Amino acid sequence: MTLDHFAQNAKSSWWNEAGPDADIVRSSRIRLARNFRDFRFPTIYNKEEANKVMELVKEKLGKQNTDAVGNLDIFELEKLESLERQVLVEKHLISPNLAEDSLYGACLLSENEDISIMVNEEEHIRIQCMVSGLQLTEALDLANKYDDWVEQQIDYAYDEERGYLTSCPTNVGTGLRASVMMHLPGLVLTRQINQIIPAINQLGLVVRGIYGEGSSAVGNIFQISNQITLGKSERDIVEDLTSVVQQIIAQERSAREALVKTSHIQLEDRVYRSLGVLLNARIIESKEAATCISDVSLGIDLGYIKNIEKSVMNELMILTQPGFLQKYAGGPLQPYERDVRRASLIRERLDLAQIENS
Amino acid sequence: MVCQECNQRPATLHFTKIINGEKKEIHICDKCANEKGDLFMQNGSNGFSINNLLAGLLNIEPFLQQAKASTLTHVDELKCKNCHLTFKEFVHVGKFGCATCYETFKDSLDPILKRVHGGNTAHVGKIPERLGESIHLRKQIKDLKSELRALIDQEEFEQAALMRDQIRSLEKEDIAAKERGNQP
Repeated sequence: MTLDHFAQNAKSSWWNEAGPDADIVRSSRIRLARNFRDFRFPTIYNKEEANKVMELVKEKLGKQNTDAVGNLDIFELEKLESLERQVLVEKHLISPNLAEDSLYGACLLSENEDISIMVNEEEHIRIQCMVSGLQLTEALDLANKYDDWVEQQIDYAYDEERGYLTSCPTNVGTGLRASVMMHLPGLVLTRQINQIIPAINQLGLVVRGIYGEGSSAVGNIFQISNQITLGKSERDIVEDLTSVVQQIIAQERSAREALVKTSHIQLEDRVYRSLGVLLNARIIESKEAATCISDVSLGIDLGYIKNIEKSVMNELMILTQPGFLQKYAGGPLQPYERDVRRASLIRERLDLAQIENS
Repeated sequence: MVCQECNQRPATLHFTKIINGEKKEIHICDKCANEKGDLFMQNGSNGFSINNLLAGLLNIEPFLQQAKASTLTHVDELKCKNCHLTFKEFVHVGKFGCATCYETFKDSLDPILKRVHGGNTAHVGKIPERLGESIHLRKQIKDLKSELRALIDQEEFEQAALMRDQIRSLEKEDIAAKERGNQP
């Protein structure tokens, strides 16, 4: 497999688009948690019921019924290699939970990977829509379209008073989790992030690292999402999150401006050192890679680096994850081998990017 | 300004803490801030999530004791007739077993939901298209039935008979809607 070909596979097609404020907001995501009325929830159901849920999904949401929404491919997790599962997680198409311990887990993917429907995760299904930049409303509209389509085929567990019923009390009501992934190097460098995170938490929003629950912020990437799903309409949830995100964007921009004004040479030094590491390292751990990629991304945003596209950095962020690396290598790797492979992959990809732009 | 923790290095972080309504200004240096990490909400540290917290949250709910004292049934022994999850298990796991659980544990849910959802207990968002038709009808029927009872109480039998017919036709519509719903 050539790197070029692999790079094509590495990014979902929405990655190529630069949505609004894409320099700071990498992506917007909507997830709708839904359960089927006639089955117990994944919390306590047995293998047989999990299988029935899967069969029902295959029957009702299979290719024969997708005319209204466009083609969806079903991937049953048990039939995938563990590396392939890991890659789906690293592309944010499925959750780590689904990859690791679901019974008859599956996911349905649209062609350009903007829609993914997880089956037999924490809830019977989770409809996920991901788009570039800050476009939560657009993502919600798209997710709703798929939600309506599923509802035409299968009876949902829904209650007039409580809304969409979910196994986890934190999802009940709208079942909506809206989140944005933000690259905030300016706020981290100026340490403002330490004040901003508690403030965001007070607004009923949650801040996490890049790979969702329980992961720490790698490469200055933060995920901000709503906590409350009950008592607020979908529109309100999305609008509230959007307005907070817009404020954070403004803060990040002014932090960047202040950095350029007060520590221009230090900043440029940092960016070019990191680029130097990426271009020359022979062994690199994922954390160091993430830090350098973040620095270089900032350098591109600020106009220091002109011959590399920002999308290449977004791509590298995903490509350098352990699952992708091993898929690229064609088999499992020891951590040390991974670090070597990661360094060579980054060098090759950057060479390619510079040739493209020379 | 000098850091109030070490009294050596210059203070670079300035913030206000409010505990029990008492305001406290804090000025410290980077090093002390790092050491006193608990002052800040560290992002995603050691895999702590709302789901982990929830079971604990439910356990310490004082309402549990109140509910026990005020009703004759033991809330803990409530068992969902559909999935057989007990209230005790629900509190332990922090998750429902099936849609019926919401009905089974109804009386104890409001305080839990309020806690998790900023004081809210009722859904105001999307109503599913197909199921929604039937929900709308059922609400209408419910309203008419209570009017019907009022009419009977007032001995307005003629009007009551009209209303009864209206309810019957709505109920037929509801059944038809449900059948349509089951065969999309």
